[in-house]
Amino acid sequence: MTTTTVQQTLRQQVLVLYLASSALDSRVVGWSTYDGTGETSPTTGDSDEPPYGTGLDALKDGWRLFQAAQLLPPQPGHEYDVSFLKHEFFFEKLV
Amino acid sequence: MPHPHRKNLLTSVQMAHFVATGAFRMDAVVPDEMNREAIDVLKAGIPGVPYGTPLSEAFEGSAFVQKLVQLPEIAGAIHSLVGPEPTVDHHAVHIRKANEGEAQNLHGDAIIDVRPDAFDIQLMYYPQEVTLEMGGTLSVPGSHLRKTNESDTGRYQNLLGQTRLTCPPGTVVFLHHGIWHGGRRNDSDIDRYMFKIRFNPTVRQVRLWNTDDLYDDQVAAELGQYFPWYENATGRLEIYNRVKLWQALTGDDTYDPDYWVTRVSNRPQRVVSQRSLNPHAAKKEMA
Repeated sequence: MTTTTVQQTLRQQVLVLYLASSALDSRVVGWSTYDGTGETSPTTGDSDEPPYGTGLDALKDGWRLFQAAQLLPPQPGHEYDVSFLKHEFFFEKLV
Repeated sequence: MPHPHRKNLLTSVQMAHFVATGAFRMDAVVPDEMNREAIDVLKAGIPGVPYGTPLSEAFEGSAFVQKLVQLPEIAGAIHSLVGPEPTVDHHAVHIRKANEGEAQNLHGDAIIDVRPDAFDIQLMYYPQEVTLEMGGTLSVPGSHLRKTNESDTGRYQNLLGQTRLTCPPGTVVFLHHGIWHGGRRNDSDIDRYMFKIRFNPTVRQVRLWNTDDLYDDQVAAELGQYFPWYENATGRLEIYNRVKLWQALTGDDTYDPDYWVTRVSNRPQRVVSQRSLNPHAAKKEMA
């Protein structure tokens, strides 16, 4: 009897969502995607419509959360500064 | 450069729009005959200008650019934003080639620039009609006060409420130096041209526009607007910073229609009399 092993190579698709607050179910205000399969080439300014309404909607669609931005207090003297988007969530799918 | 006629200066409402959004757009402000000439002029190249050359001297070698910056509406906007006789920081012809396949990362020009009471402007002139497929400049309304350095924002591909420029020929957009922007991928068969000039002010930027409507309600409405990409909490800080800039530009540090600045600046110095503060003093009197 012979057995055949099929080697499957998984590729990572990454979705980055920027949310309106630190809550994962708050609304999406920004988004980026990177496709490890090479089948699509998402880029800057390619869409006006977010892929999901909230971060939770992405979970419901099968995306796995693997990183969330920490909540860091402002540095003293810089409490009113605005800079990068604060509520950044990284999701992945392995395909 | 002659002083622009008052009728061509920006109004306070238009200036407040610039302070809120970081941009001011003038559709088809350049006449068609100049737009038709522009592509050949830009293809040939505009002679270089040393950093900091006064505007009146900067384009002696280019009649076309002289004419462009002296168009009454454009001269009026430049004066309103950066004042008389600004200097030219630099200029550049940007070409997004047909089907070139790449977009620029979202970025701010030069380096991080956090001046609280002064700003440079960038004039962007689009001689052709720009369609969505031609990759018109992406910009993010209200991003100009964010303290970020150049392309450190490159991770952000799309933000809710972003502007993907489409415009008729002869459109000029003035941008605050800090605005997040980038040339989008040109998916069309047409090369897209844009001519940019960065101006530095040489005077304090206080009430340089037509201030007849300085306290019009629409000024407060412009300054108080939120943009869809703002986070709930940081959006409030945006209004705070915007009001601080408006106070600097008007020289009126009491202007604060929604009280965001006043509330957190309130540190009264008056001390009430010791007796009313000290319960032991009162007890002694009663004994």
